[in-house]
Amino acid sequence: MPISSRDIDKSFQNKVEEIASADFRRCMQCGQCTGMCPVVEQMDFTPRQIMHLIQFGQFERVSQARSYWTCAACHSCMVNCPRDIDIPQVMEAMRLLVLRDNEDQVHPNKLSPEQLREMPQIAFVSGFRKLTA
Amino acid sequence: MKLAYYPGCTLKTKARNLEESALAGLRELGVEFIELDQWNCCGAVYSLATDDLIHQVAPLRNLIRVQQEECDAVFTLCSQCYNTLARANVRVNENAEDLKTLNTFMDEEPDYGGSVTVMHFLTLLRDVVGWDKLKSAVKKPLKGLKVAPTYGCSLIRPDPVAITPNNTPVIMAEFLEAVGAEPVQSPDSNTCCGSFQALGNPDAALETSGRILRSAQKAGAQALVLSCPMCDYNLGRRQPAIVEKYEEINEMPVYYFTQLLAVALGLEADVCRFDLNSPEKDGNTLTAAAV
Repeated sequence: MPISSRDIDKSFQNKVEEIASADFRRCMQCGQCTGMCPVVEQMDFTPRQIMHLIQFGQFERVSQARSYWTCAACHSCMVNCPRDIDIPQVMEAMRLLVLRDNEDQVHPNKLSPEQLREMPQIAFVSGFRKLTA
Repeated sequence: MKLAYYPGCTLKTKARNLEESALAGLRELGVEFIELDQWNCCGAVYSLATDDLIHQVAPLRNLIRVQQEECDAVFTLCSQCYNTLARANVRVNENAEDLKTLNTFMDEEPDYGGSVTVMHFLTLLRDVVGWDKLKSAVKKPLKGLKVAPTYGCSLIRPDPVAITPNNTPVIMAEFLEAVGAEPVQSPDSNTCCGSFQALGNPDAALETSGRILRSAQKAGAQALVLSCPMCDYNLGRRQPAIVEKYEEINEMPVYYFTQLLAVALGLEADVCRFDLNSPEKDGNTLTAAAV
């Protein structure tokens, strides 16, 4: 799909920059993040592709992606990034752009009795913090 | 140095095996500390957004409690609590404007000055107790027990709060040597267990936790050792589902490192709380090694 400079959604990029101080423009597409990501096989776009789509301001496509809902914020990508980009922050910015519109990704009332019985408190707190509005 | 202990929500409920073994071990080693009698949930994960400070209120309020007790440092047992408190501390120490805003917001509290040191229990063992002193306190060395250290994410990432280098973590291996066990190097000792994705994408957590178990098994480990209740859930409680999904993975005991500490120090079985472990609720693999 050809992309012209007119397709770059600058207001979307500005929002990402407002939430995350990480500079996605510095990404040189080396793919180290994707190589280090422990859950990449469950993602529809790799972390490198997400960074590329944001660099091209492709809000529509990035907002449909599931990748940042699979990201566990483990920071493996960041500590190995040769450009020192805080990629987990960019993923968090994408999550927040959706969550701030009140679109929850997990619903407490849909958790199974087994999950409610077995999971530690930190699982609920961290999961709800990252995946609900 | 006056030390405070911050428990966090899971230590008083699902992870009593982590807390009870650790505190008994610390008392046995003669380390003085006070447990904070007033504390709140740290938030469990550090908020990565730079445009919002409200999520830093919870961790900072706990650091104010430490300051009120006139303690120099606070230690945690839970890796996620460590990460959340330590990163909030780094943030306000590096950004005076953030600290000022937060102090103004919490106008009912005394101002936080930024001087509290946030430690993990492993750092405390290494830097305050020391490996040599620990070694000499061991009564029942865990001879021949092959254990794979599992660091997960929160203890070693990102760099400013890493208690041991991310790509070459050694602190838990040093601990294992001190208690007489044999650390086994697995290439996935620093791999994430899937963390809170146990809620959002359980398949992803199962897959990456399976990788950790598979690597530890290949490296010849008899048990996994960890410090995080989230890892314990994904690698321990969910282990039956992992073993069922990947036939090449066998069941493997998962322990908190503090349970190894308690056994090696010769403490009574009632502080080890193996009954809360999964899959091995009797701690047999571990206690059999203690001689």
